[in-house]
Amino acid sequence: MMLIHCPHCGARDVTEFTYGGAGAARPADPAAADDPQWADYVYMRDNPRGLHDELWQHSAGCRRWIAVRRNTLTHDVIATARPGELPPR
Amino acid sequence: MNTQHHRLSQGGLIDRGQPLTFRFNGRKLQGYAGDTLASALIANGIHLVGRSFKYHRPRGIFSAGAEEPNALVQLETGARTEPNIRATQIELYDGLVATSQHCWPSVGTDLGAINNLLSRLLPAGFYYKTFMWPPSWWMKYEHWIRKMAGLGISPRKPDPDFYEHRHAHCDVLVAGGGPAGLGAALAAARAGARVILADEGFQPGGSLLHETAIIDNLPATDWLARTLAELSALPEVLILRRSTVCAYFDHNYLTVAETVSPAAAGMPRQRLWKIRARRVVLATGAIERPLVFADNDRPGIMLASAARIYVNRYGVRPGHRAVIFCNNDSAYLAALDLHRCGTHVAAIVDPRPFAGEEIAAQTRAAGIRMIHGHAVVRARGSRHIGAVEIMRCENGLATGPVERVDCDLLCVSGGWSPVVHLFSQSKGRLHYDENLTAFVPAVSAQAEQSAGAARGVYGLAHCISDGYAAGSRAAASCGLNPPAALARLTVHQPAVGSILPLWKVEAEHTRRAKSFIDLQNDVTTADVALAAREGYVSVEHLKRYTTLGMGTDQGKISNINGLAILADINAAQIPEVGTTTFRPPYTPVTLGTLAGTEIGAHFDPLRTSAIHAWHEQAGARFMNAGLWKRPRLYPLAGETEMQTINRETLAVRRTVGLVDVSTLGKIDIKGRDACTFLERVYINRWRNLAVGKTRYGVMLREDGMVFDDGTTTRIGDEHFLMTTTTANAVRVMSTLEYWLQVHWRELDVRLTSVTEQWAAMALAGPGSRQVLAAVASADVGDAALPYMAYLETDIAGCPARVFRISFSGELAYEINVPADCGAAVWTALLAAGQASGITPYGTEAMAVLRIEKGHVAGMELDGRTTADDLGLGKMLAADKDCIGKRSLTRPGLAAADRRQLVGLVAVDGRSPIPRGAQLVAGNNHRPAGPIMGHVTSTCYSPTLERPVALALLSGGRGRYGERLRALSPLAGANVEVEVTHHVFYDPEGKRLRG
Amino acid sequence: MALCAPPSNPNTLIVKYSIVSLLRNAFSHHEQWPLAWRSPPPKPEYDVVIIGGGGHGLATAYYLAKEHGITNVAVLEKGYLGGGNTGRNTTIVRSNYFLDANAHFYEHSLKLWENLSADLNFNVMFSPRGVLNLAHSHADLEAYSRRGNAMRVNGIDAELLGLDEVRRMVPLLDCSAEARYPVMGGLLQRRGGTARHDAVAWGYARGADSRGVDIIQQCEVTGFSRSGNRITGIDTSRGHIRAGKIGLAVAGHSGQVAALAGLRLPIESHVLQALVSEPVKPVLDTVVTSGAAHFYVSQSDKGELVLGGDLDMYNSYGQRSNLPPVEHAVQSLVALFPCFSRLRMLRTWGGVMDMSMDGSPIIGKSPIDNLYLNCGWCYGGFKATPASGWCFAHTIAQDRPHALNAAFTLDRYAQGRVLDERGAGPFAWAH
Repeated sequence: MMLIHCPHCGARDVTEFTYGGAGAARPADPAAADDPQWADYVYMRDNPRGLHDELWQHSAGCRRWIAVRRNTLTHDVIATARPGELPPR
Repeated sequence: MNTQHHRLSQGGLIDRGQPLTFRFNGRKLQGYAGDTLASALIANGIHLVGRSFKYHRPRGIFSAGAEEPNALVQLETGARTEPNIRATQIELYDGLVATSQHCWPSVGTDLGAINNLLSRLLPAGFYYKTFMWPPSWWMKYEHWIRKMAGLGISPRKPDPDFYEHRHAHCDVLVAGGGPAGLGAALAAARAGARVILADEGFQPGGSLLHETAIIDNLPATDWLARTLAELSALPEVLILRRSTVCAYFDHNYLTVAETVSPAAAGMPRQRLWKIRARRVVLATGAIERPLVFADNDRPGIMLASAARIYVNRYGVRPGHRAVIFCNNDSAYLAALDLHRCGTHVAAIVDPRPFAGEEIAAQTRAAGIRMIHGHAVVRARGSRHIGAVEIMRCENGLATGPVERVDCDLLCVSGGWSPVVHLFSQSKGRLHYDENLTAFVPAVSAQAEQSAGAARGVYGLAHCISDGYAAGSRAAASCGLNPPAALARLTVHQPAVGSILPLWKVEAEHTRRAKSFIDLQNDVTTADVALAAREGYVSVEHLKRYTTLGMGTDQGKISNINGLAILADINAAQIPEVGTTTFRPPYTPVTLGTLAGTEIGAHFDPLRTSAIHAWHEQAGARFMNAGLWKRPRLYPLAGETEMQTINRETLAVRRTVGLVDVSTLGKIDIKGRDACTFLERVYINRWRNLAVGKTRYGVMLREDGMVFDDGTTTRIGDEHFLMTTTTANAVRVMSTLEYWLQVHWRELDVRLTSVTEQWAAMALAGPGSRQVLAAVASADVGDAALPYMAYLETDIAGCPARVFRISFSGELAYEINVPADCGAAVWTALLAAGQASGITPYGTEAMAVLRIEKGHVAGMELDGRTTADDLGLGKMLAADKDCIGKRSLTRPGLAAADRRQLVGLVAVDGRSPIPRGAQLVAGNNHRPAGPIMGHVTSTCYSPTLERPVALALLSGGRGRYGERLRALSPLAGANVEVEVTHHVFYDPEGKRLRG
Repeated sequence: MALCAPPSNPNTLIVKYSIVSLLRNAFSHHEQWPLAWRSPPPKPEYDVVIIGGGGHGLATAYYLAKEHGITNVAVLEKGYLGGGNTGRNTTIVRSNYFLDANAHFYEHSLKLWENLSADLNFNVMFSPRGVLNLAHSHADLEAYSRRGNAMRVNGIDAELLGLDEVRRMVPLLDCSAEARYPVMGGLLQRRGGTARHDAVAWGYARGADSRGVDIIQQCEVTGFSRSGNRITGIDTSRGHIRAGKIGLAVAGHSGQVAALAGLRLPIESHVLQALVSEPVKPVLDTVVTSGAAHFYVSQSDKGELVLGGDLDMYNSYGQRSNLPPVEHAVQSLVALFPCFSRLRMLRTWGGVMDMSMDGSPIIGKSPIDNLYLNCGWCYGGFKATPASGWCFAHTIAQDRPHALNAAFTLDRYAQGRVLDERGAGPFAWAH
């Protein structure tokens, strides 16, 4: 049972949160993307075994979406922040 | 009548003044308070307790704790019966009933024992090589295999007891209340930490309960009592008895399974503690290992430490004439304890050339014969050990003459294995210690430390001070000042020293006998050799092929011996073979405890609308819709469901009906950029929606599929109210928040879910305006409130939001009022409509109405349909982007053969179109070809007086007029249908604009 | 003793497993059984190298040899064969799918299962004891009707049971109206059931080995050598191996190995939780699943109740247990079977799933000429094992997919031809 530090509420059980995946950046002009480029955004994933920057919603708390840097092997939570505000690796 | 012929006259922690009566295999027996079932059985001279899993060999009591592989019993009967309970851990109570399991007709005479005679045919994995002919017979063979397998019997009646969960936080959780655990708890508590100490026993203390040592001039049990008293007096210390720390999860989250005692009405039977600990001290002790030799499974053979526990703690004599077979000093203590209680210790057989000096001297002084450089090669006897065979032994190979020594008790000790299960569950890394011949914790992965025997530190004084040091460190890392150092302990206990690895004993004349490694699953050295011979050389293969360590004891005593024997065969070192992963729980936990209270009617929360009580009173039949309960229909006396649905439907079409739609999701949207936000979310246009107007919207997922639909109303210039489907309300809210907070942070928009704040009802039918006008304070005429308009008014004194929208296709209004007013407004509307025959209707009639009208719902919004598939493609605004729009131009989404929404009518005008039917070409006798589509929603239309259906059909819009077969092999139906447009009723929409 | 020596591998004597050979070996105290498979050192070059020695990789090698006569094949396994999801799943076999592509593929698999023990001469204990999906709502009944009818029209067995039939079939099930989600009926596939998971890996390994395939364990792939759009060789912990064609069958870790070849996949790794109870005498003959609760239970031949639960719901490679999904699975069980409350959980574990973005697998060609993909199995990998190997072998041997796996391409995502059985959209953990 992971403990995630919500930047707004503090440390909470993972069961208060809903996972949102890696949250890839959306192409600025979707119409300009070809099918494979668009599919890359919608479907393809890095899926690292190690550090993973991902999004969670504190759905049973403040309802805020937050960015979480987490190790997918050890489940260590390295950092949490507002979306887009994780420190550089 | 006292039946306890093997009870010592004094000593132990049992209460001889409190006799308890119990039954075992029908025999009425007696024990004392403080006994376990196992100790009480030994007191009664009963050693034959069970039968082994595969060969049905007689088995006795092998240990005195959680590691017990043999003495599993069926506890109690009826609804409260429990299989596979370890006799060594059952706290004896008055009236206890236990029976031997996995034997027939009795444990003494068990027909299953024929397996032992046939054992030559039943080597490891024999079932992979047989039962294949004839191929169709496997299920027949398997029927008998299943009967032969299993152990105890499951209850067949609902559990009459209940369970609960408790959550706790602490600074330091100490797992294990033995010497090290008490030391750790003491140190942490003295430093002011919030401490939880959990111990699996009904008396905490671990080895202190049976040690004969003197600590600070006190008997060990007195030192224990003093320590517990100090701990209990501290307000921040919680001592959990009968509580096993059973699992170690991520981020220092551990669960503790507690058996609540005394059992009482109104109290849970067991509870699961969920503890988040800042630091954890694992003081889980060590488990003694058996030795592997021929017929080492006979009743009367037990771990040396268990013999000590039975003598010292329970005051019972496990035998009259004992032999000790060990490769280390600790078992000599058993010899001394047995000797002291009057058991004749015939010999200590020890492959080492000599024992530790101090212990050897004491043993010699007691006049006990020590046979060094020798090993027990075989146990004799069947239902009970009668003698042992002893031979000279070097490196496990026995040679020379055989000496036979009679005995009725054989105490074995192959060394000690630290209990590293929780450490391993925490993902810590183990290290194999050659000197200890055991795996010990090496590198921690979480905020924990092991202490005492759990990390290979032995001896009372060492364990207590190791625990104290661990507790001090734990407190310090919680930011507390460490406690005063522990005063130097003076402990009188003989030092125990060296160990000589001895994994199995082999002698030429016992080569074909069975030497068990895993007692419960009957895995022998020959099985391991066979597995290795056939290439199952990885430890995981070994485990799975032979079932080694897969029993209810999870290999607590067999694991290391198995690894060592495999390493020997592979000519490898033990660490190279590796160890299997320890999985939670440490000992089995009842499913009831894990489930807690969220079972039965409480399995999920129940959501009901503000008008629910009225529905119940009106005799509604309900349906589950997600967490909601919604009225399906309101039957009148004597009506069939079909009649009710038709009546409710026709009421809406002809007069007026009222339906509770509170479950629809409602999202309040405010902000400068609210309109821009809707433009991005929905496929259609929102900029041009005037204040006071409502519009139907469709939103997509980013993959282009329809996500949800509903109406959104512009309440003010920067204020909208969105409705969603019932099923998607939660997901839509979360998704909208995602886009706003992650991708579109520049937008000034605020979202609030108001689903529960507003009760919602739809007033539908030609008479609806009249009813509404009677109760609304505002003008609701067509001019003031035209189709797709919105206004605010009072209804029956409640502020109300009225939307002129229609799901039924009739003139209709959706009315939202604050939830508290829901029931009042509902009844006011019913009263106002009484003269015009207003009829409450449920979800069934609502479904009929919307199918007649060709509106899509859940079965059409199946996550695989595009707006175009559903006939909504024209809504897509060309000159803007929205979520999912880019996906729509991919070839697969633009393909002509996509399944499109159509209507179906039965060609004969009568036959119901079967639920979930598949559409194919062909005729009645020979439906042909691949599946072209499927029925999504079907009903009898009382309005059109014939069955109609909605369907998704490949290239459907180009097939109007075609005749197909609607097949339902499940229902045995094959109906000819004609493809039509999906709007059956009032396609021009005159009625809803009326 | 029945002996036969396959031409491609004259050094290994294969003993046919049967009651006869068991009896014969009993006389020699089982000391004469040969290796079930060899452990040869890797050769410098193979026609085909399969990466991944789980059920799928081994089955692929087996069918390459058996159906296509390609025997110069190696299977590279990082750990030990069958050590991944093959040995961690809940052993359910079924073909009750709605979408045509899935239905035909899994039905082919089920047909292979029905003859697998005989084909492999290894008892994989496939028991068609029935798979029953419980319906708890009108919507469930509607969805099961749609699915069951599609199955039947596709030639797959299915029956829609009423409450009484469910009650007769599963007498210990709580069928009362007081339940939070009362049982209303169920969709039964009688030919579905369970099999012994480890035996599948071992049986295919033995079968492949006997046809000359080299199974190389403790051999981790660390990189690929490329020449143009081809892979020429594989760097491994046991040296460099040249390969004509390479098949990837490492579900759970597909993303990791694909990344070595420079590929991104529509796959996330998620951990699925499972658990078993202590063994008891037979109490449950059928596989029971409840879609409402995302939960399934069966009783193994050993007597354990085997429960599958939900995903952790976050990307993970940590094969470890996690309380919330376990607790929920147990609550589902106790809610459905109140009498099992006093049984005890013996063991719980997690397995890493290749969760694809539409819930369906990928078996086919990759953007690299001689690299073939077999991944994205989500929860469905075990039951797919025979057909997966069969189709993958065909695809590798013929350099084009079989009709059965033609829809399972990698480019279906860009094409917009996803196979989204649950309709959950591009969220890996939602399938």
